[in-house]
Amino acid sequence: MPSADEVKSRIEAGIPGATAEVQTPDEVHFDVTVRASAFEGLTRVKQHRLVMDIFSGELGGAIHALALKTEVPT
Amino acid sequence: MSDTEIRDLIAKAIDENETILFMKGSPDSPACGFSARTVAMLQQLETPFAAVDILPDPRIRQELSALSNWPTIPQLFHKGELIGGCDIVTEMYENGELGEALGAPAPSGPAAAPAGTGPEPAAPMSIENRLG
Repeated sequence: MPSADEVKSRIEAGIPGATAEVQTPDEVHFDVTVRASAFEGLTRVKQHRLVMDIFSGELGGAIHALALKTEVPT
Repeated sequence: MSDTEIRDLIAKAIDENETILFMKGSPDSPACGFSARTVAMLQQLETPFAAVDILPDPRIRQELSALSNWPTIPQLFHKGELIGGCDIVTEMYENGELGEALGAPAPSGPAAAPAGTGPEPAAPMSIENRLG
């Protein structure tokens, strides 16, 4: 089971320039907010895919649920 | 029905309906909280939408997710494009983007058409669930 820190560092490593805030009550459900200039000009679906692709294969497994919010830095 | 036939029907439904929601249950009787919330937001915007229940056959969800490359249900499409699932729809609803994206009357959208001028009914419509 990944820790909040592990999820955070994987996102920040996977998307250059991203900052992530991760909260998890149980290391299975994750509440994640990612801010990245890489999201600029992308639809929300594409922004979410950039993040979810980092965990492909784990979603629904080790990571049971990932509630995701994406933001472009202002 | 083969998996390919199911996928073709899904693709056709997405193509033929300007706004279409794949959900668990029906708009009148949603079978999941995320689907219920998404339906409520669309109804709040008074935007007509077609709805498909994915529950009758597990292959509907399997083929839909393969087609859309999106793992969760519900999934909202507009003009053939995936808008998102419950999280994205909620965020867009809250900041006013959803009405704009769906061409529904939005309080802050300058280009939005006034309510009730189109030929389409304001109430949500359902398409026949041919995928069951």
